[in-house]
Amino acid sequence: MSAWSVFAQVLEVLVALVLAPLLTGWVNQWRALLRNRRPPSVLQPYRLLHKLFVKDSVIAEHASPLFRMAPYVVFGCVTLACGVIPTLSTDLPMSVAADVIALVGLLALARVFIALAAMDVGTAFGTLGARREMLIGFLAEPALLMVLFSVSLISQTTSLATMVHTVTHRALAVYPGLPFAGVAFVMVSLAENARVPVDNPTTHLELTMIHEALILEYSGRHLALMEWAASLKLFAYSCIGLVLFFPWGVAPGPAPGALALALVALVAKLAVGGVALAVFESLSAKMRIFRVPEFLATAFLLAVIGLLVHTLTAA
Amino acid sequence: MLAGPGSWLALDGVLLVIALWLLVGLVGVAALRRFRFVARVLFPIGGGLGLALAALALAAAFGRPQVAVLAIGLPGLPFHLRLDALSAWFLLVIGVASSGVSVFAAGYFRRGEGTPPGLLCLQYHVFLAAMAGVLIADDAYAFMVVWETMALSSFFLVTANHRIPEIRRAGYLYLLIAHIGAIGILMCFGVLQAGTGDYTFANMRAQHLSTGWASVAFGLAVFGFGAKAGLVPLHVWLPEAHPAAPSPVSALMSGVMLKTAVYGLLRVLFDLLDAPQWWWGALLLALGLASALMGVVYAAVQVEMKRLLAWSSIENIGLIVAGIGLATVFAAFRMQTLAALALTASLFHVATHALFKSLLFLSTGSVLHATSERNLGKLGGLIRSMPWVAWITLIGVLASAGLPPFGGFVSEWLLLQSFLFTTGLPHEVLNMLIPIVAALIALVAALAGYVMVKFFGVIFLGQPREEKLAHARDASRWERAGMLWLAIGSIALGLFPVQVIEVIDPVTRGLIGTGLGEAAARSGWLLAPTSVARASYAPLVFLLGGALGCGLAWVLVRRLYHGRVRRAPPWDCGYPWQTARMQDTAEGLGQPIRQIFEPLFRLERELPSPFDAQPRYRVVVQDPIWHAVYRPIGALVARVASLVGLLQQGRIAVYLMYSFVTLLALLVWVSR
Repeated sequence: MSAWSVFAQVLEVLVALVLAPLLTGWVNQWRALLRNRRPPSVLQPYRLLHKLFVKDSVIAEHASPLFRMAPYVVFGCVTLACGVIPTLSTDLPMSVAADVIALVGLLALARVFIALAAMDVGTAFGTLGARREMLIGFLAEPALLMVLFSVSLISQTTSLATMVHTVTHRALAVYPGLPFAGVAFVMVSLAENARVPVDNPTTHLELTMIHEALILEYSGRHLALMEWAASLKLFAYSCIGLVLFFPWGVAPGPAPGALALALVALVAKLAVGGVALAVFESLSAKMRIFRVPEFLATAFLLAVIGLLVHTLTAA
Repeated sequence: MLAGPGSWLALDGVLLVIALWLLVGLVGVAALRRFRFVARVLFPIGGGLGLALAALALAAAFGRPQVAVLAIGLPGLPFHLRLDALSAWFLLVIGVASSGVSVFAAGYFRRGEGTPPGLLCLQYHVFLAAMAGVLIADDAYAFMVVWETMALSSFFLVTANHRIPEIRRAGYLYLLIAHIGAIGILMCFGVLQAGTGDYTFANMRAQHLSTGWASVAFGLAVFGFGAKAGLVPLHVWLPEAHPAAPSPVSALMSGVMLKTAVYGLLRVLFDLLDAPQWWWGALLLALGLASALMGVVYAAVQVEMKRLLAWSSIENIGLIVAGIGLATVFAAFRMQTLAALALTASLFHVATHALFKSLLFLSTGSVLHATSERNLGKLGGLIRSMPWVAWITLIGVLASAGLPPFGGFVSEWLLLQSFLFTTGLPHEVLNMLIPIVAALIALVAALAGYVMVKFFGVIFLGQPREEKLAHARDASRWERAGMLWLAIGSIALGLFPVQVIEVIDPVTRGLIGTGLGEAAARSGWLLAPTSVARASYAPLVFLLGGALGCGLAWVLVRRLYHGRVRRAPPWDCGYPWQTARMQDTAEGLGQPIRQIFEPLFRLERELPSPFDAQPRYRVVVQDPIWHAVYRPIGALVARVASLVGLLQQGRIAVYLMYSFVTLLALLVWVSR
């Protein structure tokens, strides 16, 4: 582990922290444009975060310490997740500490804390949101694991850095399992990040909201942390998808030039991905909550098919 | 054959601990109703003995197997005892878990709970001693004696509150299935001795059974030990017996006693039998997965907290057995490293489950005492009145949900790793099935998170659903200490997996011939079963990274912005008439599971119509296996009994006629 790889690690986390709200703003801008509305500025999420940070935090009178602790835990988990994903370089000190299973576990930890915090105040919407979030979680988590497994079978490893490394340096072989995994991954990411068609990030219609219901009781800096964590989560999922399926540009080592190039490639890929997300969200309608299990079961099956196709063709 | 005085000490020490446990129990009987003495002195002594047992087991884990012959029992049938790495690992688990439970029990038992305290103390310590005895028994006779002692003592413990009819019924069901299982184990030993008439395990090891007989022995072992472990479909006693027992006893039964069945299975499968077949492993995988899935799905719909935990135990045992099944498959194909990996995952889970499930059962005990309520629908908001119990339970909940950096995650990680490395099996169908199995394991793990959020959220979070809950008293010092011990254990298992695996290493070495110890020792703090490039996990770095992230957020908030907080009524979209009854209930949290997994349940629903004057909603979830398997067997037994009953006329003339006819028939038969 050299000083440069530590630098790459720190840089990566900082880039994630800074770029995540920008990605959210970018997607929101495109969503508005596609609907023929006047878009908010790309910088709007930063302004929102700043506003929330300077405001007083209003907490329900009987909220327990767990409620105040949860935003920090969630933020810490998602930040760590962003540090584990080799977005800029595959030579990271953190990447040996956590592989894809640990990454999924980390995101699950964040979800459990959000759900527990939502149940803490004991309002109808909070508990309803917690139930729905956990429902989506237990359906999406195995699907996500299966997607990651089908890639890890190709590279014979569960370490993300090694996975990216192999996928980048492979000869142009065709892996028929990968497209299935890719589609499944997109479906899972939509569900996990509370996007249309599973949830609507801009909704405040009480009966349909999931993510908003979870953070309904938060305000001020706690809400800011939660919103920031949500942006970071979207960023993390986008990065997982990009490094697994479009890994080109990720620096093999921590050389400064390669890092700069990787950063440019990352921003470009994220910009394209954000537009794609906005287009997809604008084209599809939100589905009823009872359809979500079918949606995610489809993702799960696709991922398993991807795995089976791989084992069949490899045998 | 003693391996020198140094290691000779360990088996002697274990025997001494067992004897002292029995002694503590007898002292308890002598001080039958002196409540304070029994609770505050005897139970902590029992806990201390548990610690001693753990230390002895740790010392013996790395030594050579030690044997002893104890001339008790029938003449010519002495007890053969043996302490090897496998026994030592399970003894360690028993010691660590039981010491926490005993300390908790010191503050738990109250006056006037059916059985007098001294008798309870006897049953409890006999139970502990019998469990330790099962692990060191080295012949079928000794094994069956201690096994039955374990079953009987736990039966009396389950029925401690014997004045309640449901508890008597649960105890009866438990005893019945325990004995049906014991018959299976007995017959298994009968097959294993291969007609030599020598029932020592040493002889069984030396025999080489034909594949057919070996498979019969394997099947009987799975049946017998499966009944004790709660494998589907022999699990029906578990959700009845665990809620019926007092909480420390449920903790011991669920956390430790189920593990003795796992021990028995491993002993027969890898030690007494010599050549595992691949389809044995496939069978174990199927049974394990069925138990895991059924357990977690049923746990998600329970509305009674201890019953929920009992189903969750079935799930965890299922995962352990699935790991053993995978290890068997690998061992059958001579892939020893992978077999060791899968077995290590199972053995690791044995330890983590023992700790976190004991902890969770103890916490339900504290809640039960503070509120005298076990129905999730009448609890809530206890984190404010019982903060100690709540925060300690949270650790157990996170470990049970398999979340990093706690113990449950490591075993899940190892198990998934062993599935991922499976692609090279020389069997096409298995190769295809393994990814699906991995998918099911992932589903079970994710569902476990759902169950635990429900468990913790409904009991401790939200607003109290009943008036009295706001004044619930937190657990006593003894109870806190016991739970804290188990919580620390759960954290330690999660943070130092490499060191734990080094203790497991001699076990897999003894059973399979190879272990992960060397790789673990090489990589230091990093958990990497095969190589770092392939998969690695470093919980300490992980925790550090997470803490840095949290700290970053904290500094950001504290340094850059003010820390003012205002308290106000909850917002709830501006709805001011919010009451505690508007929170989601345990039934509500079970609803999506009931809907998605409907084919797995037998549901009885009573839905109100809009015109009801007094609308009533009732859902009863029943176990279809009870109706499909046990009811018909029960009906069959009843019919046979009624046929036999025809003989009984209750008139002396008829019975005399039976004797006469029998005599006549015998005469005819003899004179022929």
